[in-house]
Amino acid sequence: MSQSNEMTVGQAFMGGIWTEIPVLRLMLGLCPTLAVTTSVKSGLTMGLCVIFVLVCSNFVVSIMRNLLKPHLRIMMFTLAIATFVTIADMYLKAFLPDMSEKLGAYIPLIIVNCIIIARAESCAAKNGPIVSIVDGLAMGLGFTMVLCFLASIREVLATGCISFSDSAVLTILNPIDKGGWFTPWRGMVMPVGAFITLGLMLGAVNQLNRKKM
Amino acid sequence: MDTLQALLLGFISIVLINNFVFTKFLGTCPYLGVSGRLDMAFGMGLAVTFVTTLAGALTWLIDNLFLIPYGLEITRYVCYILVIAGAVQLVEMYLKKFFPPLYESFGIFLPLITTNCVILGLCLFLNLWEIRSFPTAVVLSFGAGIGFTMAICIMAGIREELELVDIPDCLQGAPITLITAGLLTLGFMGFAGMIK
Repeated sequence: MSQSNEMTVGQAFMGGIWTEIPVLRLMLGLCPTLAVTTSVKSGLTMGLCVIFVLVCSNFVVSIMRNLLKPHLRIMMFTLAIATFVTIADMYLKAFLPDMSEKLGAYIPLIIVNCIIIARAESCAAKNGPIVSIVDGLAMGLGFTMVLCFLASIREVLATGCISFSDSAVLTILNPIDKGGWFTPWRGMVMPVGAFITLGLMLGAVNQLNRKKM
Repeated sequence: MDTLQALLLGFISIVLINNFVFTKFLGTCPYLGVSGRLDMAFGMGLAVTFVTTLAGALTWLIDNLFLIPYGLEITRYVCYILVIAGAVQLVEMYLKKFFPPLYESFGIFLPLITTNCVILGLCLFLNLWEIRSFPTAVVLSFGAGIGFTMAICIMAGIREELELVDIPDCLQGAPITLITAGLLTLGFMGFAGMIK
């Protein structure tokens, strides 16, 4: 992938949302994608955390990009990222304890999420703060979109409905235990469902891209 | 005798039943990226095993000797990532000096594994599972590395065969690898419940 040194705000935004959408195009950040997409709610929480960390770390990295020595670069990136992940983790523990319990170790694992280091390296270390922030926001949004899409497929097939909280449940396929016709696919919440759904999704995206050309 | 049995059970459980790749999705990026050829996959697996064992032991010691007694848990993630990056650097320098052939064969994998989620994931899970004995921590770290090596080698073996197979165009490359991985996890689910 060739990337010019200077990007405009518009390019950065479109890049994150479609042309270089993480996960689907770049194949980055697969671990959290597969692990947290058992329900839309946890996918969304994870996505928001990633947006927060990505925007903040891109901003910090782009501010100090002229001070960095080449061999210490990656070290500084990871330290900046680790700091913001700690903030996000503490916020979740304080305000959404049940979500924090459910996501467990996957929130701290944002530190080693390749998307964030890749963006720090290929965008924030070369561009000014404003472009970097927009890029972080767009990449984060693209990531969140993929997470939510994958999570909604898995949750609907696994339970027949999407639940945002105990009271707000959106039933799409009426499951059999509530008098409907749909037998929930238990495998969808398991690792099998994650891998196969993502595989088919990538296949579908490839097919779409090929038709356009 | 009891402790030995517990250690052995812990080892088997983390290699087969709670395999990090198949049940926790950790290390999926190298698992899909480097599994193209069997020899490369094996090299990656060995490098990861080495660093996980070292990093698991070190972070356990730091956690239990410094962070918890002095109430510094808030700096845990920063410490972990520093220890892992440091351990990788150390291993790299050591190998370069004393075992140049081994260093050559690891090649680019060594710096890459700093951002391998298996390692940070293992350190975090050791903390989450509240492992309070040092030998258990070391055995689990080693087991996690072995589990990763096994998973990536099985995958590489399958992918070498897949190259000869006629796959629909749109599924070529990453998609078919993911689907294969899904079927593999289905197989490994059979081990669930083997040890309570």
